[in-house]
Amino acid sequence: MNWLADNWQQVLDYGLAHVLLSIPPIVLGFVISLPLGWLANRYRLSRGVLLTAGGILYAVPSLPLFVLLPSLLGTKILSPINVEVALTLYALALMLRTTADALGSVSGDVKLSATAIGYGVWRRFAGVELPLAGPVLLAGLRVVSVSTVSLVTVGSVIGVNSLGFFFLDGYQRSFYTEVWVGIIGTVLIALVFDGLLVAAGRLLLPWTRASGERARRVSTRSRAVLR
Amino acid sequence: MIEFRNVTKRFPDGTVAVADFSLVIPPRRVTVFVGSSGSGKTTILRMINRMVDPSSGSVFIDGVDIATREPVALRRSIGYVMQNSGLLPHRTVVDNVATVPVLRGEKKKAARLRARELMTVVGLDHSLADRYPAQLSGGQQQRVGVARGLAVDPNVLLMDEPFGAVDPLVRLELQTELKRLQSELDKTVVFVTHDIDEAFLLGDQVVLLRPGGAVAQAGTPAELLEHPADEFVAGFIEAGRPRSILR
Repeated sequence: MNWLADNWQQVLDYGLAHVLLSIPPIVLGFVISLPLGWLANRYRLSRGVLLTAGGILYAVPSLPLFVLLPSLLGTKILSPINVEVALTLYALALMLRTTADALGSVSGDVKLSATAIGYGVWRRFAGVELPLAGPVLLAGLRVVSVSTVSLVTVGSVIGVNSLGFFFLDGYQRSFYTEVWVGIIGTVLIALVFDGLLVAAGRLLLPWTRASGERARRVSTRSRAVLR
Repeated sequence: MIEFRNVTKRFPDGTVAVADFSLVIPPRRVTVFVGSSGSGKTTILRMINRMVDPSSGSVFIDGVDIATREPVALRRSIGYVMQNSGLLPHRTVVDNVATVPVLRGEKKKAARLRARELMTVVGLDHSLADRYPAQLSGGQQQRVGVARGLAVDPNVLLMDEPFGAVDPLVRLELQTELKRLQSELDKTVVFVTHDIDEAFLLGDQVVLLRPGGAVAQAGTPAELLEHPADEFVAGFIEAGRPRSILR
């Protein structure tokens, strides 16, 4: 506790750095997964190719990827861009299958009906398919968010600091208070991100709750009848 | 007026849904296509708003070959009501009804006002305006579907088995309601069903189709009932009989 009192400024700084490093990969991974997920869902061949590539990509260990990227991108070895690109790739790999499945889960009848009343291809995607894929997309995004917040810590090994620094430093010095601060801080960030995503879902997907309410009302009614 | 001239639809897998089909659909009347599944009735309906394009032959609306019209704009000018309502589950009732006017560029506020008027026209209480489709009964959903179909005040209303998925009592109620609406609105309604009773109840003109999209007989309900063209027509009408007697 004393350690935390003495070092809170550094903990806050690295915590903030952690948050700032986590956001771009989550956002970019999600955004890039949309056209690719659409494509994967559209043709059988592209589905096989894209989803397999995503699977393989996710299997590449993070540390070697961080080390490899500077030579591929021409960035400096300590540049945070390496970490951001790598984490975006992981987020994308993780999100791609979910996005493809989410778009695939939209009822064919609804799509047909949207076309029949005069939605063009793009408008239908943005106005009908995307929102209706929302609940599944959100579920995938929550996984990506937690995974990204946790993977950011690996960047500390190559000098891109986040709360991960404290595990590394604490471990090297066998000082476990510091390790715990790093772990708890990371978990807290992951929880806050998750909470924000759930809140955004409530705001943006109001109909999912409305149908849930009806189901609850009906079940209450049937329970009342049983009584 | 809608006219089919020698229309054939062959799907990529080789099945012929409609073969050399010609018919004139008179304006401001209800024309009902009736037939069992595989009779091509839905395919015929969907050729009117270019959901399906004919393999050969042409479809004309008021003398204009619709192959020359941009499909999305064409669809926005024609009302469409389908089975299971086809409502957008993520939009409230009022926004579902306002969908097509908004797609056509109307201001949301004006479109919603008009949507509420249409709710009254089809007999929906305004307290339902902000509900989502999943919160409505099947019959209410179908009414919303009809209101949406009427939202841009189209000349042509296409109805693809709109009352197929509701229970018989609600179906009768909706059929009666449609007759009342039609007597006020005078649309060119093209209605598809497999239920011969429904066809006779609603149709000014009934077109009975054989499997493969050939016209078995077209005429008023009285003509079909009194002078069935052949065994097939008589048989089809007879099959719908027992329920009529019970009723």
